[in-house]
Amino acid sequence: MNNNRKTLDQMMTLRTRRMLIAYAFLFIPVLFYLGVRIVPAIQALSMSFTHEGSSVFTLDHYKMLLQDEVFWISVKNTILYVVIVVPLQMLLGLLIALGIERVNRFKWFYRIVFFLPYMTSIVAISWVWRLIYEPNTGLLNKVLDWLNLPVQGWLTHPDTALISVSIVIIWQMMGFCMLIFTAGLQVIPRQLYEAAEIDGAGRWKRFWMVTFPLLNPTIVFLAIIGVIQTLQTFTQIANLTGGATGGGLGGPLHSTSSVVVYMYNQGFRDYNLHFAAASTVFLFILILIVTLIQFRVLNKSYKL
Amino acid sequence: MKEKYTIGKFIIHLILIAGIVIVAFPFIWMIMSSLKSLTDFYDFSFLPKSIDLSGYIYTFEETGFLRWYLNSFIVAVVVTVSNIIFCSLIGYTLAKFRFFGARGIFILILSTMMIPTEMLVIPWYVLSSDMQWVDSYWGIMFPGMMEAFGIFLMRQFMGNVPDDILDAARIDGMGEFKIWWRVAMPQVKPAISALAIITFLGNWNAYLWPVIVTSTAEMRTLPVGISLYGTSDAGGIQWNTIMAMSTLTVIPMIIVFLIFQRQIVEGIALTGTKG
Repeated sequence: MNNNRKTLDQMMTLRTRRMLIAYAFLFIPVLFYLGVRIVPAIQALSMSFTHEGSSVFTLDHYKMLLQDEVFWISVKNTILYVVIVVPLQMLLGLLIALGIERVNRFKWFYRIVFFLPYMTSIVAISWVWRLIYEPNTGLLNKVLDWLNLPVQGWLTHPDTALISVSIVIIWQMMGFCMLIFTAGLQVIPRQLYEAAEIDGAGRWKRFWMVTFPLLNPTIVFLAIIGVIQTLQTFTQIANLTGGATGGGLGGPLHSTSSVVVYMYNQGFRDYNLHFAAASTVFLFILILIVTLIQFRVLNKSYKL
Repeated sequence: MKEKYTIGKFIIHLILIAGIVIVAFPFIWMIMSSLKSLTDFYDFSFLPKSIDLSGYIYTFEETGFLRWYLNSFIVAVVVTVSNIIFCSLIGYTLAKFRFFGARGIFILILSTMMIPTEMLVIPWYVLSSDMQWVDSYWGIMFPGMMEAFGIFLMRQFMGNVPDDILDAARIDGMGEFKIWWRVAMPQVKPAISALAIITFLGNWNAYLWPVIVTSTAEMRTLPVGISLYGTSDAGGIQWNTIMAMSTLTVIPMIIVFLIFQRQIVEGIALTGTKG
């Protein structure tokens, strides 16, 4: 046996031997990626075009989806979340990062505290905010009351619920933006600022002529990450609004429902898995569009 | 001129401190609320009238909180270890071996990053039902065992490991598996710790898939347990209990964060800028 192995070894060149080792290392991962990512994605697609227990092609789910008012409300809300959350969390993150860069003391302390919300459990923190938002006994309305300002329904009123959810997301994400902006700011060469200062550029001008253009890759990165994450918002909505209205998540009157909340209600409350699959295909297309835009914009910014 | 700078900095400090108050306040409110009695919530008192531990007592005696804690810990540790091993092995192989299909496999793995988890949970659920994985640790863990992002990160870093030291190990007669584990792995320690932090955090906080795949109270992870306890009560929300649970979830995370602050902050900045 041992002799056989030796001759086999000699027959194989080093190259083929290493190739076989590579295939051995990648055997389980490739099976995993096919079985847990690729095949399920195709399966979701095929489920969206069939009824349960049948393999006949149908567009029924998509027709129903496009006719469902709640679905369109969820799409509109999802876009609203992106439009509200992404610019604000980035702006606040940038302002905090710039502020911390300017001071000499306590830099690290500030960074740690602003970053804290990002580190903590979304579910636990959503419940804390839900308590703060409680219309009758919550802190926020008590403070408004003391200040003689009109109290709000917050999460319980359709007009303010989406904004209330957005505030929680921004509160948690701005520390992450701050951190990535800080990393971006630190790689900007000091000489550029000195050169601009010698040229007589004021602080404002230095920001727009030096900082902002050089932060471009960071801004694009955070915008893309932010948009993709916000398109998938679920946990905050589920915990801030779930159970209160008795029905599905995303209340009151679907005013906080997102595409993923819609999918969850359809798929895992009413168990219309095939119909829910159609809504996830829609989400996939949305994310695909964002990703394609990302490639275009990223290519552009690298050419600059 | 100099004085103007100091005043400017003073104002920035004031603004930053105001920001910190807003950021930290919910945590303080959480802890204070966890120490209130239920009547303190209904007649609203800012501070607890007296320290009342009934929320904590209820948490430990009447709910499966400790079990949820254990479940979350098991899931997060196993998935993190799995990702460290597989992502670094895959990344190493893709970066350091030349073989037919290397590029194809890398693109296959990367392209899956575009598929949102939400699209996969439905087929995963069907699979888990068929295989009887619903309500088991394996059911919660299997989708995340080797994340594409981790593979991408490790491939970047493994690519920077000098070939010379790998070849030197080969000349010494070391096996390929051992070279990866003993020679290449120590070279990419910062990336491994970053990957470990991100993976642990992601799984510790994961909600959508665990809420779908668990059905009994014993198998819930911490976020699922808190969430379903909060939303399923019939007689109004027991705020002191929920806040006790939140405190017990959040405070250990904050302590771990404060201990490993540098590694965590640098790790997340690293993955953010390299990914």
